[in-house]
Parts: sequence; C-alpha cells; structure tokens
Amino acid sequence: MSRTLTATRRSPMAAPRSFVWSRRIFLTLLTGFVLLPVYVMLSSSLKPLEDVSGKFRWWPSGLTIRPYIDIWSTVPLAKYFLNSLIVAGAATVCSVVIAIFAAYGVSRYRFRGKRLFTVTVLSTQMFPGILFLLPLFLIYVNIGNSTGIALFGSRLGLILTYLTFSLPFSIWMLIGYFESVPRDLDEAAMVDGCGPLGALFRVVVPAAVPGIVAVAVYAFMTAWGEVLFASVMTNDTTRTLAIGLQGYATQNDVYWNQVMAASLVVSVPVVAGFLLLQRYLVAGLTAGAVK
Amino acid sequence: MTVTASPAVGKETPPGATGPAPRRRTGRVRRIALPYLLLLPALLLELLVHLVPMVIGIVMSFKELTQFYIRDWGAAPWTAFDNYSLSVDFDAPIGKALLHSFFVTCAFTVLSVGLCWLLGTTAAVYMQENFRGRGFLRAVFLVPYALPVYAAVITWAFMFQRDNGLVNHVLHDQLGLTDSPSFWLIGDNSFVALLVVSVWKGWPFAFLIVMAGLQNIPKELYEAAAIDGAGLLQQLRRITLPSLRPVNQVLVLVLFLWTFNDFNTPYVLFGKSAPEAADLISIHIYQASFVTWNFGTGSAMSVLLLLFLLVVTGAYLALTSRGRRAADV
Repeated sequence: MSRTLTATRRSPMAAPRSFVWSRRIFLTLLTGFVLLPVYVMLSSSLKPLEDVSGKFRWWPSGLTIRPYIDIWSTVPLAKYFLNSLIVAGAATVCSVVIAIFAAYGVSRYRFRGKRLFTVTVLSTQMFPGILFLLPLFLIYVNIGNSTGIALFGSRLGLILTYLTFSLPFSIWMLIGYFESVPRDLDEAAMVDGCGPLGALFRVVVPAAVPGIVAVAVYAFMTAWGEVLFASVMTNDTTRTLAIGLQGYATQNDVYWNQVMAASLVVSVPVVAGFLLLQRYLVAGLTAGAVK
Repeated sequence: MTVTASPAVGKETPPGATGPAPRRRTGRVRRIALPYLLLLPALLLELLVHLVPMVIGIVMSFKELTQFYIRDWGAAPWTAFDNYSLSVDFDAPIGKALLHSFFVTCAFTVLSVGLCWLLGTTAAVYMQENFRGRGFLRAVFLVPYALPVYAAVITWAFMFQRDNGLVNHVLHDQLGLTDSPSFWLIGDNSFVALLVVSVWKGWPFAFLIVMAGLQNIPKELYEAAAIDGAGLLQQLRRITLPSLRPVNQVLVLVLFLWTFNDFNTPYVLFGKSAPEAADLISIHIYQASFVTWNFGTGSAMSVLLLLFLLVVTGAYLALTSRGRRAADV
C-alpha cells in the first residue's frame, strides 16, 4: 500500500506539496492534542504543591520528586495497586483460559446451538453496564447471604465480573486465530495419539501465541481500567485503583501534583505493556472488524 | 460486530473409530459432548454475570425495590408498570429529568462519534502512505487508548479546573479570550469539557480500525485511478471511502454503543452527580438507583435504555445492510 503511493508521488501525478503540508499541519496539531494531557501529567507530577494550587504553570518553578514519595502515604496506594494487580491478573488468566476452550470448541466442532452461542455471547457486549449492575449487585449480596461465599465487596466477585467483560471479544478474536491454524495439524496430532485437548495445547495454542497475547493484553487493560463496577462492588479493603485514585481529590486540599504522580504510576504498567505488545493487539483487534 | 459463522468441518473419521466397539460408543458420546464441555465455562459465566442479571433486572423493574428490600428482593411488592409510568411521565420531575438526560446523551453521542470518526479517518488516510516517523506517530496516537480511563480523565479534570487549570490559563491569561476564568466542570460548559475528553479518548480506536481497513484496499485500484488521472481527492472519494464502507458500518455502531453507554468519563470527570448539561444517561440511572436507593425505577430506566439501543441497532443494521446490498447489485 504505502509503496504504491510513494510510487505515485514520484510519478507525474505526484502528491502535491499542499498535501504534504496539510498532512504535516494536521498531524502536528493532533499530536499536540493527544500529548497535552500526558505533558500535564508528567510535568505536574514533578512540581511542588504551590505550583499546582496557584495559577497553572507550563514549567515547574523547581523540580521535585516529593509527590512520588508522598502518594504512597496520602492514600493507601500500594494496597489499591495490589488489589488491582490481583483482580486484573486473575481475571486475565481465567478469561484467556476460558476463551481458549470456547474458541477451540467453536472453531473445530460442528454442533447444535453454535450460532446461538456466538451471537448471544457477542450481543452481551452491547448491553449497558448499568442494566446489569443493579441485579448483579443483588445477586452477589444474596449469594453471600445464602451460601456464605462473599462475592459482593470481595476480589473474587470483581474477578468473576471483569473476566466476563473481556470474554466475548477474546473468544471472537481467538476463533479467528484458531481458524487460521490448519486443521491438518491437529488431526496429525490426534493420529499421533493426542486427545482433542492434547491437540489443542500442543498444536493449536502454540501456533496462536500472538492471538493469545493480544487477548491477554486486552483482558488486562479492560480489568485495570474498569470504574463502574469497582465503584459499587468494592469496600475499603478491596478497593482498586480506579476508585482509590479519587482519594486524593476528595480531601479538603487537592494535592494535584500527587494525583498526577499517582496517575502516571498506575498508567505505566498498562501503557508499557500495550506499547510493547501493540503489534499483536492491533493485528488481533482489527482482524475481526475488517473481516 | 459481524459474526462470521465458520464452516467448521465435522470430523467424519475420528481416530477412535477404529477402536473396539464399547470404546467407540463412549468415544461418540464424548465427541458430541466435547464442544459443549468446552463452551460450558464461558456459558456459565456469561449466564451468571450478564444474562441472568438482565432477566432479574427486567423483573425488578416491575417491583417497588427500595433499600428496605435489598436483603430480600423477592419480597418487594409488585407495582405493575408504576416504575415505567414514573420514568416516562415527562411532566413530573423524574420523567422530565430522564428525558433531558436522554436528549443530552443523544446530542453528546452524535457529536462525539462524528468527531471521533472524522479525526480517526483523517489521520488514517494521511498516514496511509509511509513517511519518516510514521511508526512513532502511530504509537503516540494509541496512547489515549492505552491509558487507564481514570488516570486520563482525572488529568483532564485537573486541566479544566477554574483557578489552577491549563485550559483557563491559556484561554484567559494567555489569549485573553474570556473576561473572567470560566467554570468548565459545572454549568453549561461541562458539556464541552465532556465532549473534548470523550473525543480525545475515543478517536484512536477509530484510527486503529480505519488503518486496518485501508490495508485491505488493493493497491491496483489506486494505480489504475492515478493512470486515469484521478487526483488525490477523487481517489479518496471514489476508492478509499467506498472501500471503507463495511469497516465503517461496524465501527460507527461500536462507537455509538460505547459512547451512548459511557459511564466512566462523566463519573471520573464530575463525580457521582453530573452537572445537568452533561448528565449522560448511564450516570443518570446510576444516580437514580444508588443515590436515592430506588432500584425499581432505576431498573425500569435501564430496560427502556436497552429497548432503545436494540431498536436503534436493529434499524441501523437493517438500513446499512440494505444499502450495502443495493450497492453490490
């Protein structure tokens, strides 16, 4: 694609200079828009408190790393961090494993209700979260009352909830990947004495690693960033970052430099992971939509 | 999103078929049961977290479910359609507020989806051709998508502060465009603030999808068009945009559903109660349910919202698919 257009540019009907200039201007403005909050986050996190309580300053009056030390004591950030890590990590692992089984079932077998299954699972993506937030809240409270399994307010409840959020999309993405693995391969494995599950884990999964990585990144990001259910389903001990971060903002004084430092710290794991594995995720995300 | 039903090849001669007779039978049972077993965990979880709650939500919408009945919601009295008539009685305060919130959400969604699509498509088209720094820019543009919602939106909330925010500093102090620093997170301006944040956060997804769609356009089309003397704008109008139609069909629908249901952005930007001008439907229902502890009315509103989304999605798919079929003929 790109090669063609470069070729056309060198041809008599070359891309006019106006095109190149409009591209430069547009992309520069867009980059500014995209990076403005990132700059504010980074620069404000290194400012002393006076700089962020008074008039906004583009440049700090003095650089300090105090906010990065204070964030851990102003609110129990480490606890929130750990909660988020446990919840998002467990939700990711479970979601990926369950999605692998389901996608294998759909891609390799013909059975009654297959279409119903895929359509139902995908259509749950379109429900507004608020619709099942209230009932789920009641279900968890009632399960807790009758069986003693604490789902409401616990990490377990949050893990169960989050893993279903990424499940539909993960299954859908993995079906695509599994279908690109030639069926002959798993049949050969089965002839060699593997069961269907042996074929899945020895042949199909290793061949679909990029897809599985993509699904894992997606599931982790979904769980790490969720706010609505975390706001209702967590308590003081299980609070995740999504809600805990607002702790700085509800104090009498808002320590904006600490808010920014904390925002930066909680963003680093996902942004770094995303940028490292971007290639896989982008390919996986788009494979389905373009089909 | 489109579900491509895959023609899964049924395995006619499984390896177990050559085994002795009794093993063959269990083998067959296992073969029929296996796909269901594979799907079982996913199915159970979707039932627990999405489908059963949805049914319960519909039941709840016919009950008078206040905080007294939360421990034992089955005991809440039935109210027939009271919750619904309360929600759609547009003369009374509750219905009026709901209608207002609905209109705000519609206006917000149309503007946000439109702008996200426009920015994403423009950027993707500009970046179709390779140039120096293209890969780097692509990574930069994906940052809003990768950042956790709350971290990004809280930064915007800081920027929109009246006294110490960047926006007022630039507009008032540096450019002198306003007589006095304006409030951005309360009052009418909050709609603009919400829209800016939503577009900032949403456009990279459009960019991502359109970029992928562009890669599927055969380059011969552009070569042929260039030979025939078509300019860049004509190529865009005659080749790029028509080729992107199927991608756009899905993209706009997904953006619409996400934006219409968006809760995170207003919740982090404004807190539990959004200003009237930016009272999106999700946060409105949340407020109606959890702040006033009236789950019955909240559920009725959620069901109405779901019905609306179903109708719009159905109509949209019917319309766009017909358009596509007509175009194919």
